[in-house]
Amino acid sequence: MGKIPVQRPVLMSRTGIHMADNQRNTADYVRIIRPRHGLAALDWRELWRFRELFLFLVWRDILVRYKQAYLGIAWAVLQPVLTTLVFTILFGYLAKFKENGIPYSVLVMAGLLPWQFFANALSESSQSLISSERLITKVYFPRLIVPSSAVVTGLVDFGIGLCLLAILMLANGVAFTPALLMLPLFFFVAFLAALAAGLWFSALNVKYRDVKYIVPFLVRIGMYVSPVGFVSTKVPEQWRFIYSMNPMVGVIDGFRWCILGPAFEPNWTAFAISIGVILVMLAGGAIYFRSTERTFADVI
Amino acid sequence: MNAPIISIRHLSKRYKLGLTFRHDTLRDQIAAWFKRDGATSKSEPKEIWALRDVSFDVQEGEVIGIIGRNGAGKSTLLKILGQITEPTEGEVIVRGRLASLLEVGTGFHQELTGRENIFLNGAILGMSKAEIQRKFDEIVAFAEVEKFLDTPVKRYSSGMYVRLAFAVAAHLEPDILLVDEVLAVGDAAFQAKCLDKMREVSQQRGRTVLFVSHNMAAIQALCGKAAHLKGGSLAGFGPVEEQIRVYLGEIKKAGAEGTLSVPLGGLLELRKLEFTPQPVVSGEDLHFTCELASRESLRLMDLHLIIMSGLGVRVAIVDLRHPEGIPHQLRPGELLRFNGVLKNLPLVEGEYRVGLFQNNNHYYGDYLDLATFTVANAPTSGPNVPYKAVHRGFVELQSKFEIERIAPKQTT
Repeated sequence: MGKIPVQRPVLMSRTGIHMADNQRNTADYVRIIRPRHGLAALDWRELWRFRELFLFLVWRDILVRYKQAYLGIAWAVLQPVLTTLVFTILFGYLAKFKENGIPYSVLVMAGLLPWQFFANALSESSQSLISSERLITKVYFPRLIVPSSAVVTGLVDFGIGLCLLAILMLANGVAFTPALLMLPLFFFVAFLAALAAGLWFSALNVKYRDVKYIVPFLVRIGMYVSPVGFVSTKVPEQWRFIYSMNPMVGVIDGFRWCILGPAFEPNWTAFAISIGVILVMLAGGAIYFRSTERTFADVI
Repeated sequence: MNAPIISIRHLSKRYKLGLTFRHDTLRDQIAAWFKRDGATSKSEPKEIWALRDVSFDVQEGEVIGIIGRNGAGKSTLLKILGQITEPTEGEVIVRGRLASLLEVGTGFHQELTGRENIFLNGAILGMSKAEIQRKFDEIVAFAEVEKFLDTPVKRYSSGMYVRLAFAVAAHLEPDILLVDEVLAVGDAAFQAKCLDKMREVSQQRGRTVLFVSHNMAAIQALCGKAAHLKGGSLAGFGPVEEQIRVYLGEIKKAGAEGTLSVPLGGLLELRKLEFTPQPVVSGEDLHFTCELASRESLRLMDLHLIIMSGLGVRVAIVDLRHPEGIPHQLRPGELLRFNGVLKNLPLVEGEYRVGLFQNNNHYYGDYLDLATFTVANAPTSGPNVPYKAVHRGFVELQSKFEIERIAPKQTT
C-alpha cells in the first residue's frame, strides 16, 4: 500500500489534512460517512482543501467566456456602454436629470457598474448548479464552490467596466477623489451581496424549476428599483428606511461616493441597514445552501 | 489482519418517491403553504428503500464486484461511498483516499483544448495541480493526442475524446477506486483497454476496487469477491463464481414468474415482461408481452427492449416506439401493453437477459435484467453435429453454399 507517494490529499478525510503528505498511512485517512441532521455550518477546512478546484472552475469560466475573444470582451464593453448611453439619452437629455454638476453619464455609470456586477453574478450563479448537474451527480466536492466561482468570474467584467469608467471620467474632466481608496471596501460589500443572492437562488433553483424564470425578472426590475439611474437622496425621507432594505442601495451609494467625491456622501444609517440586510441574507443563504446540499444529487 | 479499508455498517438509504416531481415549482410550494387543508389531504409521498441494512467489509487490495438487478441499490451504494448522496441510516468507515470513476469525461468542456481539459478534469477527479503537471506527459502519451493538445476537444473524434478522458481517469492514484459500469461505453477494443487498466490497478498496485456491472464476464474476470444486492438488501457476499450463479438463478426465476412490478425510475413501472414459449426453439417465433404503468401522466418518446447474452453482452434490441413516430401517452391507472413477436428467432441456444431503455418527458434510463428467455437448439438435419454454442456467437445465419472441387492446373 502506498508505494506511490501522493502529493496532497485532495479528495479525502476531515482528519487527514494535518499529516505529512508523503508519509501517508491509510489509518490517517479515516473518514466516516453517516447521515447528518439539522442545520449545517460551513466547513472551512474542507473548503480550503478544495481551493484548487475552486480556482480551476473560475479559470474555466473565464477561459470559456473570453475564448471567442472578440465576442467575450465586446460583450463586457458593450453592456455598460450601451446601458449608460440609453440612460443618458432618456434621463440626461430628455428628462434633464443633473446632480451637483457631475455629467449624468458618469453618474449613471458609477451606479451601473456595481449593479451589473451584482446582476450578472446573480444570473450566472443561480444557474451554476443546474449547469454543473453532471459534476454534482458524479463527483464529490463542497458544492459551495460552484456558485462562488460563478460570482468570482464576474470580476473580470467588472474590471473592464472600471477602465471604461476611468476613460469616461477623463473625457468629461471629472476629478478623481481620495475617497476612491475606499472603493475596494464597497466592492467587497457588493461581492458579499452577490454571493448571498447567489447561494439562495442556486440552491432554490435545484429544487424549484420556476426559479430560472424569477431571476431574470428580479434582475430587470432591480435595475429600476436600485439607484442606478438616479441618486437615492431623491427618495422621500419617510421611505428611505424601507428603501435601504434593498441591499444594493448601500452598495451603489457607496460606489458613487468613492468615485464622484464628498458631494455624494451616502446616508450612513441607510448604508448600515443595507449591510445588515446583506449579512443576514448571507448567513441565511449559507445555512440554507449547506442544509439542502445533501439532497442536491438526489433532486437535481 | 489490518482494519478493513471499507466497513459498511447497517447502511440504509431512503428515497421519497415523487419528491422530485411534487412541489416542483416555487409557486406550488408557496401555494401549499397557504392552503393548509390542501397540503394535508395530499397523499404522503411514497418512500422506497434503495438500500436496507447493508453491512460488509472490504479488505485492502480486494476487487469487489457489485451485482444485482436494476433498482437493487448498486449505484446508490457507490454514490454513498463517493459522498455524492448521504445515507439515511448506518455508517461507512473509509480508510483511504477514494475516487469515483463514474463516467469518463465528467467535467470536460467542449470549448477548451485538450491541454486545458486535462487540468480541469484532473482537478475535478481530485488531483492537485502539481500531481497533474507531474503526470501530464504520461497522460498525453497514453491518450495519443500529442498533436491535438491545443485543439478544442469539440473538434476531437469520438475515439480521441474517450481516450483522453480515460487517460486522465486512469492516472488517478487513489487507494480505493469506485467504478460504475458507465465506464464500459465505447467499442469492444476500448472496453478491453479499460478492463486491462483496471486489472493493472488492482493487481500490480494493490488498489482496492469496487466495480458495478451487469457484464458478468467482466465481473468474473476482474473480481475475487462479489456483493449481491437484491431489493436494497445484501443477498450474498463471497466468492465471485458462487454469487454470480445465485444471481443468474434469481433472474431466471423472476422471468419464469412472468408478472412482476419493477420500478423503472421514479414514475414508470414494469408490470409484466413475458416471453413465450419457454424455451423457444431457435428459428421459431418468440412471442412477448410487455406492460407498463405510470404514476403520473407522461409521454414516452423512446422505448426498446435490450436483449443481452447470459454474460451481459448486448445482442439486439426490439424497437417499441410508436409506429407513427409519435410518443406513447401514458396516464395514471392506465396500462400500456405491447404484444409482439420476434419472427424466426435467429439466436444461438442459451440463456438471454432482457432489459429495457425508455426516454420520457421527465427522465430516461436503461433498466437491465428484467426478464430472461431460453433458446433451445433446433433439431439438426443432416449428419453434422452442431458446434458448441460458445463457439457459434449469438446469431444463426441462414447460409447456403455450393461446393466445387477445382483440380490443380496441369503444367507442362
